[in-house]
Amino acid sequence: MQLTEKHKQYWRKNLSLTGALLVVWFVATFVVGWFARDLQGITLFGFPFSFYMGAQGALLIFMLLVGFYAYCMDKLDREYGVQEGSK
Amino acid sequence: MAGSTQSRFVSQLKRYYTLYTGGFIGFVVMLAILEQMGVPNVMLGYIFLGATTLLYAGIGILSRTSDVAEYYVAGRRVPAFFNGMAVGADWMSAASFIGLAGTLYLSGYDGLAFVLGWTGGFVLVALLLAPYLRKFGQYTIPDFLGARYGGSIPRSIGVFAAILCSFTYVIAQIYGVGLIVSRFTGLDFAAGVFVGLGSILVCSFLGGMRAVTWTQVAQYVILIVAYMIPVIWLSVKHTGNPVPQIAYGYVLEKVTAREQVLNDQTTPEGAKEAEVRAIFKQKQEIAEVRLQALDAGGAAWLAEEKNRLARKAAELKSRPGGDPQAVAAAEKAVAEFPRDVASARATWKKAADTAKAKSEPIVSHAEPFAGKDEKTRDKKRRNFLALVLCLMVGTAALPHILMRFYTTPTVREARHSVFWSLFFISLLYITAPALAVLAKYDVYTLLVGSSFSELPSWVSAWAAVDKALMSVTDLNSDGIVQLAEITIGGDLIVLATPEIAGLPYVVTALVAAGGLAAALSTADGLMLTISNSLSHDVYYKMIDPKAPTGRRLFISKALLLGVAVFAAYVTSLKPGDILFLVGAAFSLAASAFFPALVLGVFWKRANKAGAIAGMLSGLAVCMFYMYTTYPFFGVNAPLWWDINPISAGIFGMPVGFIGVIVGSLLTPAPDKQIQELVDHVRYPNLERASKTEAA
Repeated sequence: MQLTEKHKQYWRKNLSLTGALLVVWFVATFVVGWFARDLQGITLFGFPFSFYMGAQGALLIFMLLVGFYAYCMDKLDREYGVQEGSK
Repeated sequence: MAGSTQSRFVSQLKRYYTLYTGGFIGFVVMLAILEQMGVPNVMLGYIFLGATTLLYAGIGILSRTSDVAEYYVAGRRVPAFFNGMAVGADWMSAASFIGLAGTLYLSGYDGLAFVLGWTGGFVLVALLLAPYLRKFGQYTIPDFLGARYGGSIPRSIGVFAAILCSFTYVIAQIYGVGLIVSRFTGLDFAAGVFVGLGSILVCSFLGGMRAVTWTQVAQYVILIVAYMIPVIWLSVKHTGNPVPQIAYGYVLEKVTAREQVLNDQTTPEGAKEAEVRAIFKQKQEIAEVRLQALDAGGAAWLAEEKNRLARKAAELKSRPGGDPQAVAAAEKAVAEFPRDVASARATWKKAADTAKAKSEPIVSHAEPFAGKDEKTRDKKRRNFLALVLCLMVGTAALPHILMRFYTTPTVREARHSVFWSLFFISLLYITAPALAVLAKYDVYTLLVGSSFSELPSWVSAWAAVDKALMSVTDLNSDGIVQLAEITIGGDLIVLATPEIAGLPYVVTALVAAGGLAAALSTADGLMLTISNSLSHDVYYKMIDPKAPTGRRLFISKALLLGVAVFAAYVTSLKPGDILFLVGAAFSLAASAFFPALVLGVFWKRANKAGAIAGMLSGLAVCMFYMYTTYPFFGVNAPLWWDINPISAGIFGMPVGFIGVIVGSLLTPAPDKQIQELVDHVRYPNLERASKTEAA
């Protein structure tokens, strides 16, 4: 089956969303992890910043990322008419 | 029509599990009353473990099935929310439940690699795999490899890798089951293994994925309740705040302040600590001198040294009015003297290492990558990040987790269920660091500085159970406990928290039941993955594609039994340490599956030759590195860039990606049919959309 231009656009949008969220994932985990020693002087909610990120902050960010992706893709599916059968 | 059946099903499920949770809490309260009435602790332990195990078996029997779709993917009607709970139980193993808080207690910030790795991987699952696998909609992960890359070679490699990593992982789970059952019922370790195994089997044997799913939801409820209660209590005790995740920032501050006092030799307590550390320094030196003499003198020196000790003991004994304690100590030294050169080297090396660790100042809990120089710190940082990456990518490649996303009704629900999975998993992972800090505060303030004659009761109770978990020795004979005199095994933290918090024994039994639920639920999922790979992928897809349904399920159940018995046998040999086994499974999965799965969805050009090259080379590099560097295998080759063997996947993964890419580019592009399959998985509903387009 031949994909229409609309289909290709849907996939490109999916790719850029996926890419953007992966960048956030990477920064929250690896960039913060790499500079953990330099960031520990900052205090957040009474915790040293690096410790807080590793123990809670990053986990909350991960949840936001996954929830945001599900929300955006639901919307994108409907916008491009590729959602699954009627409810 | 289908929609209304599904929504009725969902509301039914909600009712059942609400009733179930209420019933479970009622059961705990009833046992608490029994305890007050004087029922002995051992009985409570039996009732608790027995009742929960019967419960799982009951759900297994109620969900028995002989329908293929029910057996392999629970009929594909598990709602996102419940699939999230099932993934949570499937995911959180004995290592997470019992081991994690202990690891965090012992290694502080550096232990957070496990927290980050075991949650962040779900971002990869959500973004790169779950929706596409659900759209593909078959039964196993090798199914996807077989259909996407064509032919039975990619499928066979997939089967091999799936079994390899699931089996490594299941050993660790059964080990945990044996440990918990034997500790809380007094049964022998091997007997504990087989009892636990029986309940795993009743469940998955009769109802396959359907039974495992509904049991896992029930197990999640138990394990999260069991984890939370003692931590909340401990938090109220120390901070007055019932939300430990928020309250422990303040406790962490106090722990840090306490660390500084104990490290400071000018304070009275710091001076005492320094005194004990000096004793350890001496012990380390003695062991090192012996090691040097052994290297120079060999077996001859060893025999002579033993004679010297024996003469000394004899002389002490013959002396009139000698100190009987000194005589006993000297005789013990002779009796425990290593028999040959190899065991002497091992014993003294271990003694030197332990003493060295004890002779160093306390490492601050919140400090990342602590070390005495830039080089040590840099090495720790590299290993931390490598481990995080391996655990994350391994999460997104372990077949027993990915398989669960085949069970949701739609692609949309698959995406939502990753969110719920991560939510339910994070509940425990956000709590574990809090527990570690609260327990540390208790030890640093209440245990350190207390008198040896009035040790808290949990200390002596656990020291009596197992010296490796808890021991305190008055090394400098001042009658006061110093931090350096305490030895704590990681597993103690979760197991002893109820007692540290001063809760009744029924909560300890609840924690044991929670640990058992965590180990059993993960073992269920893993066993099913192994037997499905064998029955579905090997037997049905490769040996006899015309096999009737009845025979397929019969073969599957027979294999399950075989795998279970074999796994229990391997576990009873007690191979290696649990954390390494678990880490190894992640590295293996990351190297073997991740590149081929992700490129299979995102790169149409990837083909059969590439997949074969990528999976084989990734797996080979990962296994080679583990084999040559993990001490268990005895090769002890030098490390690459100081990366520990547990993170071998950091080398396997890129090699796997390069393998897929190079192998694909060197050979022709996959045919049209496969390219269409890739389009099929990329769009939740391509058919309907193209119809409306045409209309």
